[in-house]
Amino acid sequence: MSSLLEVKDLVIKFGLRTGDVTATTGVSFTIEKGEKLGLVGESGAGKSVTGFSIIVLISKPGYVADGHILFKGTDLTKISSEEMRNIRGNRISMIFQDPMMTLNPVLTIGTQMTETLLAHNPKMSMKEASEIALEKLRKVHIPSPEKRLEQYPHEFSGGMRQRIIIAIALITDPEIIIADEPTTALDVTIQAEIMDLISELCETEDMGFILITHDLAVVASVTENIAVMYAGRIVEKGRTRDVIDNPQHPYTKGLIKALPEGAKGSNRLNQIKGMMPTLTNIPDGCAFNPRCPYVMDICKTDEPSLIQVKGMDTQAACFLCKEEVFTNE
Amino acid sequence: MFAFIIRRFIQAALVIVIISIIAFAIKQNVGDPVRAITGISVSAAEREAMRDQLGLNDPVFIQYLRFSKDALHGDFGNSFFYKKPAVDVILSKAPATIELVFVTSLIVIGLSIPLGVYSAIYPKNLFSRFLMGASIVGVSIPVFLIAIMMIYLFSIKLGWLPSFGRGELVSIGGWDTGMLTLDGWLHLIMPSVALSSIMLPLFIRLIRSEMMEILESEYVKFAWAKGLTKHRVWFVHAFKNTLLTVITVGGVQLGITIAFTILTETVFQWQGLGFLFMEAVERADASLLVAYLMFVGIVMVGVNTIVDIIYGMVNPTVRITGVK
Repeated sequence: MSSLLEVKDLVIKFGLRTGDVTATTGVSFTIEKGEKLGLVGESGAGKSVTGFSIIVLISKPGYVADGHILFKGTDLTKISSEEMRNIRGNRISMIFQDPMMTLNPVLTIGTQMTETLLAHNPKMSMKEASEIALEKLRKVHIPSPEKRLEQYPHEFSGGMRQRIIIAIALITDPEIIIADEPTTALDVTIQAEIMDLISELCETEDMGFILITHDLAVVASVTENIAVMYAGRIVEKGRTRDVIDNPQHPYTKGLIKALPEGAKGSNRLNQIKGMMPTLTNIPDGCAFNPRCPYVMDICKTDEPSLIQVKGMDTQAACFLCKEEVFTNE
Repeated sequence: MFAFIIRRFIQAALVIVIISIIAFAIKQNVGDPVRAITGISVSAAEREAMRDQLGLNDPVFIQYLRFSKDALHGDFGNSFFYKKPAVDVILSKAPATIELVFVTSLIVIGLSIPLGVYSAIYPKNLFSRFLMGASIVGVSIPVFLIAIMMIYLFSIKLGWLPSFGRGELVSIGGWDTGMLTLDGWLHLIMPSVALSSIMLPLFIRLIRSEMMEILESEYVKFAWAKGLTKHRVWFVHAFKNTLLTVITVGGVQLGITIAFTILTETVFQWQGLGFLFMEAVERADASLLVAYLMFVGIVMVGVNTIVDIIYGMVNPTVRITGVK
């Protein structure tokens, strides 16, 4: 039985005039039914583009150069655009970052909800579609949904709009939901509410969930598994609890130390020195070596691959970690 | 929505008052009505008596009130050349210009929307690039030059189209229309194409750039992510937003089109308002100028008010602010 979603050695490139720029290299992860995965990293680490690649919607001039995206065994990079359209928004949905920008200002909420259903079920009647829209609005706790269907996006607050976007994402009962920074643009007080709502719905509907964010605290509270990305590579991957409590890669350690809770007693927050390299300027060897406090000579020449860390469930791409050697006994 | 419309009407009325002040100022300064009535063989004392009688020595404000009272009754005085009320002259010439502007608008709307949308969806396509190049050329060539070139080619060299006048007209309740006869249509082709040569390229470029920007927006990206068909994304999600800008700019541009009729009508000897205006300027026919100014002003204000109301119907945010 194949996994719900399996991303294998994904390489995404951007074709620029000066030549191709690699946005992600060898990104691999799997997700099962009801599983919640956090994709963490700084801006530009390649997490959003990875998310968009799953619904084959990378903005131009980006393209998938190598690797596979297997959705229940079907390679999404190989199917026709019409087949992909029918998966996108139907079986794999996406929630966007900024709810103020995501809804079309001149269409009613009802139109924007039902059109998704009608696009994937041409035989469905408008009445049926409205019924389902109402039911989903109730599910995301929108009060008096009947009235709301007739309203336009500007009549809703940011938090309400994000709920509607969630309702739209859920409307076709998808198998996977990808959320790209779903709470970043919201008030802190609403962030937790929205996050709880999404994770609760994922559990009741038994959906796979990919949460793309830079916020380790959110990932820690919501997801079971985590993949930390740096400069287009996954540098550490494992159970969220393990990775947060006992990070293996120096970058993950730095990220966790940089959390406000890590700065107890001192006045300044901890930070990782330097900046993430731009995609055109990734250093030789380990991409993290110029910022790494434990840098060794080998890090500047060889690129570490993701290995199973000895005695743990975690995988990390660092020469400091000892590999678990499996023997066939 | 109702309050919004009422407010727009009040604004429109204010604008018309301002136009009337300008028109009044022109009337005050162009030509001397006493001389127009009397000629040269009248003594200075008699002239002065006449000025008093006509109220020309009253304070300017009183004169303006009298002017607006007459104007409200449709009385702008007589055109001294046509020996008829100026309003009657304007109304007899208006159909020609209205038909010209109408056909021009049809050409502009009918072509700019498909061409603009096409070149926004396929910006790198060869045809789109050609369109962009051609539109620069179109904008750059003055209307009268295009008109003269067309006359040279289609009337003189090829002999396909008549070069001047409105051709055979049919009168329906005082409205002389050229749109019911083949001859009338043949006469309409060149003037309206010439007149649209400025607006069409502008509109294509406007629609294209607006639509391209919207196609990059988050909500269009989200529409793709919902798995909608490309036609739904292009023509419902992107185009409806593009329309907002096009409607706003379109209203203003229609006014500019009326201004350009002066050139076009002069080149094609089109017996409309633009042509009449040129004649009135040459003859310093003050009443006619004032009546023209007021007529065009009211048409412009009317069109813009209608445009605003349509805009309010398309854009839901406007509707709400109107309800307050």
